[in-house]
Parts: sequence; C-alpha cells; structure tokens
Amino acid sequence: MKPDDYALAQIRMSRLNAIRFHMILVPMLTDPSPVAAAVQNPLAIEIAGLRKSFGQLEVLKGVALSAREGDVVAIIGGSGSGKSTLLRCINFLETPSAGRIVINGEEIAMRADGTPENRRQIETVRTRLGMVFQAFNLWTHRTLIENVIEVPVHVLGVPRAQALERAHTLLARVGLSEKADTYPAFLSGGQQQRAAIARALAIEPRVMLFDEPTSALDPELVGEVLGVIRDLAAEGRTMILVTHEMKFAREVASHVIYLHNGVVEEEGPPEEIFGAPKSERLQQFLRSVG
Amino acid sequence: MIDSVFQAIGLGHAATLLALSPPGWGGALLYGLWNSLQIALGAFGVGLVIGLAGASGKLYGGPVTRDLLAVYTTVVRAVPELVLILILYYAGTDALNKLLVSLGYARVEISGLMAGIGVLGVVQGAYATEVLRGAILAVPAGQIEAARAYGMPPVMVMRRVTLPLMLSNAIPGMANLWLIATKDTALLAIVGFAELTLRTQQAAGTTKAYFTFYLAAGVLYLMVTLVSERLFALLEARARRGQPSLKEGAA
Repeated sequence: MKPDDYALAQIRMSRLNAIRFHMILVPMLTDPSPVAAAVQNPLAIEIAGLRKSFGQLEVLKGVALSAREGDVVAIIGGSGSGKSTLLRCINFLETPSAGRIVINGEEIAMRADGTPENRRQIETVRTRLGMVFQAFNLWTHRTLIENVIEVPVHVLGVPRAQALERAHTLLARVGLSEKADTYPAFLSGGQQQRAAIARALAIEPRVMLFDEPTSALDPELVGEVLGVIRDLAAEGRTMILVTHEMKFAREVASHVIYLHNGVVEEEGPPEEIFGAPKSERLQQFLRSVG
Repeated sequence: MIDSVFQAIGLGHAATLLALSPPGWGGALLYGLWNSLQIALGAFGVGLVIGLAGASGKLYGGPVTRDLLAVYTTVVRAVPELVLILILYYAGTDALNKLLVSLGYARVEISGLMAGIGVLGVVQGAYATEVLRGAILAVPAGQIEAARAYGMPPVMVMRRVTLPLMLSNAIPGMANLWLIATKDTALLAIVGFAELTLRTQQAAGTTKAYFTFYLAAGVLYLMVTLVSERLFALLEARARRGQPSLKEGAA
C-alpha cells in the first residue's frame, strides 16, 4: 500500500465513523419525545398494532404503546374508548385479536387469532405485572395479610416467614398495619384499595397496572389511594395507569395517551396533552371532564 | 297408668323389645343404622367428587363434555330413584358380570354396600353437579380474575380461590343432599340390603310391635339429622369467615 493510498483509506474510515456516529446520535438528539430523550432505560412494555374485538364490535383498532422502566404512562379517554381493554390486554385478562406485546423484552407468543400460544408464558409474565383493579378484588375469605402473602408464597415460592415479614412492611407502608388480620369486607373502599396495592407490590412487579383505581371510591377516600400511587411514582416505579383523575394524571404521568374509539387520538407529555391539546376531540374531552 | 297408655298405643314391652342383645332387637337396629350411615357417607363422597367434576365440566368444559354432562344430570334427575336403584343394581351387576365373562374373567358378587354406594353416589352426583355449579357461578368473578392476573395456574385458582369461596354458597345445598342421602339408604331395602329400614321391618314383622320399632327407627333418623345439622352449621360458619352477616344490625 502506497502512503497516499493509506491516507485516503484513513479519511474514508473517519468518514464512515462520522456517519455511524451521526446515525446513532442524531435521532436521539432530535427526537422531541422526552421518553426517548430521557433515554437509556430499557423498554418495560412495548405494544404494537393491538386489536381487540368483542364479537362484531372492534374496541381496539391497532394501538401502540411503549413504556420504559421508570415511566408513568397515563391512559385517558371517555367511557367505551377502550382504555381498560388496552390495559387488560397487557396481562392477557383480555385476549387480543391481533398485535404484538413485548414485556421486559420477552415477546408473548400469540397465534394468528391473538390467543396465547403458551399458557405458562402468560402465567410467568403475569407474576411480573402487579394489577390493581377498579373493584379491588381482594380475596374475601382471606385477611389482608393473607391476601398479601398469597401470591408470593403459593405462586412464587417465597418462604412463608419471609413473605410475612415483607407483607407487614408493605401494609405499614400503605398505612394498614393495624388491619393485617381483618377481612376485606370490614374495611372501607379506600383501605381495601390500599391493601390491593400492597398485594400488587408483594410480587415485586416490574410494572404496576392500575385499572381506574379510584373510580369505585367515595370522593373523600380518593385522596388516600392517590397518595399511595403518587409515592410509588416518586420512587421511580414503572406504571401504566388508566384513570379519570385528570389532575392526578397531569401531576404524576411522564407520558399521556388519549384513546378515542379504540385508536390513539393524541399522546405526549402531560404538559402538552393537558396544556396544549392539538386534536379537536381531546380538547372537547378535557372540557367535558372539567 | 302410664304402662296402660303405652300398652294402648302399642309401646308395651318397648324396653325388652329394644334391648341391645337378643331377644331384643336394639342391636340389630343399630347395626342397620351403621350400614345406612356407611352407604350415606360413601354415596355423599362419591356424589361430591362427581359433582365437583361435573360442575367444572359444565362450566369450563368443551361442547362435548357439556353435552354428556347435560345428558347425565337430566336422565338421573328425571328417573325416580327407586327405579334407578333397581336398574343400576340388577342390570348394572348383570352387565358387569357379562362383560367380565366375555373378557374371560370370573363372575363377581357385588356387595350390597358397594352397590348401594355406587348407585346412590351416581344419583347424588347429578344433584351435586347442579348445586356446585350454582355455587361456583355465585363466586364474584373479580376475585377469580385477580387470581389469574397474578399468574395462578387454573388448578391453583380452583383450589385457593374458587373452591373456598364457593363453599359458603354450596353448604346449604350440600347439607340438603347429605340429609337426603341418609334417608335414600332406605330405598336399598328393596334390593335386600340390611340397612336400618329393612332391619326395622324385620323386627316389626317378627314381633308385631310395629309402632315401637318404626318409632325407634324414626328417632334414629332424627338423631342423625340433628347431629348433621350441628356439623353443617359449624362448617358453614367457618366457610363464611370474612363475610359480614346479612342480618340487619348484627356485628
């Protein structure tokens, strides 16, 4: 190789590197979405092209959603918009009709009709997702402490003593230490929902799923549950939250998705969604919920 | 005075007649009761197992399973139990022996006890299927969903959540079935099984003290019922733990 050729090759190499560098860095720098800009956190949940029909009625018409670890994604929308169905498809409480669901990098194997290929895989994935229901759904034949240790002991195989110790810590955290041996039916809705959150935390979930956690509560009990959820957001937990509490969504969410008739009508950071909504429908929706 | 009243209603010599050892018939009656209880317990157990399987099959099974179970519960509940007992006892043992012979085995004698348990168990199973199906349907769906949402496999959901929750709904119906089972054992008298009613009939026929013996048998059946009611009440209180009382103003 002659010296000139050598120099030329070096120039070519450095150009190539520059191009590579450009390809990697520039999208990161120019992408306006704060989710991508905050960067580096791996994807916790990735959903693409999600469809769900109940008979003739198509409730979800190709929805995409992604959440990185530490994100708090709020899903808002009117009733019948498909927001609860979307959440319930994440842990397959509803079987999607089509689409792709990846949880912590693990893609759920689905048949052409959306049914899971492998029940065991669904069960494993479900143990990483802490679901909190609108109607609490605590097991009424077990005390609060028994509710909280149920899944760790019987599904995850945690030794009972260890599970109990952790359960007491969790109940203390949600302010229910004194109620550990009480049955759910003797508690207020707010207490039940806080216990349900402790039950979800007991599995040490990778992602928390909240399905309208305060919709079944008396107005004066909403605050205590939102307080617990707010603390969880503050400690950097990944959460997907379906909610009617717009103020709360604005406060805790890192990303907001507005669903309308089974499609994502608009999404973005809360300041934009609530402060400067673009679509006519979202503006109307926000006016209607005050 | 009292003696003559007893005499008049046919209860004279009751103490002698009901003595535990011969010539008294008390021991024979108690042995008959023991046989009745064995059959009732066995049949109730078989019925419970069939009922659980049947209810699960009807609720969670495929179309073929559901159709077969529908045929089972319909036929068994349509035919009078006495007829079923005759069919299953005589035709059943006959069919079994024909099958055994055709396969080159020797004929077997089926004991009255086993036949009784089998026949009444099949009958109980049909009713239990419906009792348990109703009880499972009354379990709040959200609690079963919560179990699924936390990764419990189907059998564990059944064992840890569905069954304990449906128990409080099932107990009144199952208590009924148990009491029916204790009295259905009397139907086995027709195939010559020495349970309480047949023993009573024999005692009464021999001594002509009909009133004494049928009254005694009635008291024995009543005792079984009273004890059973106590046990089911305890069981129900346990199964209803965590559920507030329905009564107004109760704690």
